[in-house]
Amino acid sequence: MAEITLVEAVTLALAHEMEQDPTVVVFGEDVGVNGGVFRATAGLQQKFGDERVIDTPLAEVMIAGMAVGMAAQGMKPVVEAQFEGFMYPMVDHVVNHAARLRHRTRGRMSCPAVFRAPWGGGIHAPEHHSDSNEATWAHFPGVRTVIPSSPSRAYGLLLAAIRDPDPVVFLEPKRIYRWQREEVVDDGEELPLDVCFVLRDGTDVTLVTWGAMVKETMEAAVALEKEGVSAEVIDVATVAPIDMETILESVEKTGRCVIVHEAPKHCGVGAEIAAGLADSGIFHLKSPIKRVTGYDTIMPLYRSEMNYMPSAERIVHAAKETLEYS
Amino acid sequence: MAATIASFKVDYFQFLDAEGRLVDGVQVPALARDVKQLVGLYRLMTLTRVFDKKAVALQRTGKLGTYASCLGHEAAHVAIGSAMRDEDCFAPMYREYAAQFYRGVKMSDVLMYWGGDERGNDFSGPKHDFPWCVPIATQCLHAAGAAMAYKLHGQPRVAVTVVGDGGSSKGDFLEAINAASAWKLPLVLVIVNNQWAISVPRGKQNTARTLAQKGIAGGLPSIQVDGNDLIASRWAMDKAIAAAREGRGASVIEMVTYRLSDHTTADDARRYREQDEVDSAWKNEPLLRLRKYLVDQGAWDQVKEEELLAECAERVQGAVDEYLDRVNNDPQPIDAMFDYMFKNLPHHLEEQREIARRFPAKGGSH
Repeated sequence: MAEITLVEAVTLALAHEMEQDPTVVVFGEDVGVNGGVFRATAGLQQKFGDERVIDTPLAEVMIAGMAVGMAAQGMKPVVEAQFEGFMYPMVDHVVNHAARLRHRTRGRMSCPAVFRAPWGGGIHAPEHHSDSNEATWAHFPGVRTVIPSSPSRAYGLLLAAIRDPDPVVFLEPKRIYRWQREEVVDDGEELPLDVCFVLRDGTDVTLVTWGAMVKETMEAAVALEKEGVSAEVIDVATVAPIDMETILESVEKTGRCVIVHEAPKHCGVGAEIAAGLADSGIFHLKSPIKRVTGYDTIMPLYRSEMNYMPSAERIVHAAKETLEYS
Repeated sequence: MAATIASFKVDYFQFLDAEGRLVDGVQVPALARDVKQLVGLYRLMTLTRVFDKKAVALQRTGKLGTYASCLGHEAAHVAIGSAMRDEDCFAPMYREYAAQFYRGVKMSDVLMYWGGDERGNDFSGPKHDFPWCVPIATQCLHAAGAAMAYKLHGQPRVAVTVVGDGGSSKGDFLEAINAASAWKLPLVLVIVNNQWAISVPRGKQNTARTLAQKGIAGGLPSIQVDGNDLIASRWAMDKAIAAAREGRGASVIEMVTYRLSDHTTADDARRYREQDEVDSAWKNEPLLRLRKYLVDQGAWDQVKEEELLAECAERVQGAVDEYLDRVNNDPQPIDAMFDYMFKNLPHHLEEQREIARRFPAKGGSH
């Protein structure tokens, strides 16, 4: 079994599901002949034809709006936006229609589409290509927001997203698209949505993160271990709805929590997790909750983007701050 | 020398004039001679008008929320609905009740919706038809997506959508035209041009001579018809739907009509438009001319008209009673707010549902 990258795992999951479900269609600009700007759909049009892997005009509103219509009439469109910054025009259709159709029609109709996009910074991309906009999606009722952080989780979670009877926004951390190789068995086994994954057991502090920040957070955990600090690392994976139970269980054990995300701090998903801990876990906390996040600024152009994004060093620093409280 | 590489024209069709006479020197469609069918369609136009008047009255007396009237659009809407088959898909905006009535949506469903109860959207018409669409023009793309699904499935089904003159200014409308053209989709885009987008008149949408020509820009056959002429509107729909069903692609039809009412019951059109214009539009309205034509054909008379009005009043009252009985005596349970959010309800919503059950609001409102 070959070891594959995260982006190859995306392709593998798409191919698997297209093979077993004839209603699945890949829909977006450059997804066909070109195989997507990051090659996430490479080879799929050759394999499944141009009626299953459809190159569209460059019109994000159209792509999202037509996906709503297709999904409501029995298809499973897996939409690709080239970059998360180009998803903003899609918000109208995802929020006003995809997310609401089941609710509005009392279950008469539904919209089981998947809206995929390469997401996040750190690849030296031009302006508007590097935002982390998961909080935008997470705020709206009726749509799930899922972010994988490894090849195997990309494979399993994307399968689950496509099979889910409701709309899913699937954000792919492009900085780690090719960072790590992992053995992924193409067995069609999905991973559960709406649950966190505990990546590393620990007893002193809980580090909560998702997406590409798993890389720096794991590095921080290793650095902390060298200093005698045992950090538990949680990959949230589905940032809406959040599995607070797993996070609470961990914080009950460690008494300390650092939340890490590269999106801006203000109204970020980290704030929701912190509020959830304040609501239900406050008496288990031995120290204030810390957030290590992107700044509340525009994501800078690439020469400065790594100054914006949390580093392992910042995470270690925050974890140590929580340890100052006994 | 510059060469002309593209030129276009927009044809206008009217078969029945404002006086209720067939237009001279024009070959009229077979429907013009099918008096029995015309009577049936006239009956639906009349029912819709009686319904509309009653709905506005219900709103004024506090029994209905904000309501979007369809007064003056009856010919266009009946033409659209009656040209479609059940298996076709309708993606309406929010005032095409007559089209939906023809497709089996109940008057009480419409009242439920505007009465603030989601069960109205779970209506009695075809289960694959889209619900009313309040954001402007987004429905054009849902119809294009539906048309794409039918094309990919190889089904001889057609998607039909309606947008207003205001909606024709939106990107969604233009993007649907573009998509329909690029993929030759089985789609009919109808612009029901009623001259007013709330308070913004047609002349301020753009300075193009017609709205139909926006379809030509995208490469679609596009015509303009008198939207108060049922015969012309229905003929245009038949032609466009046949083309779409036979794989010849999408069309744009601009139906020129007039919004005789306010935009909704929350609007007061007297603030922005002249009464003379409205008075003049009443002389051109669709029921009057069809009735005159049917009377001239010996197919209609005052007695039949009065019988019809009485029958419509009774049917509308029945729908009102059904609506009021349901919202007052069989309200949606609190759970309904949560139960249709997702097929598989996340844990946090189960918790919120428990809170909502513990603290039910006293009474209901619209």
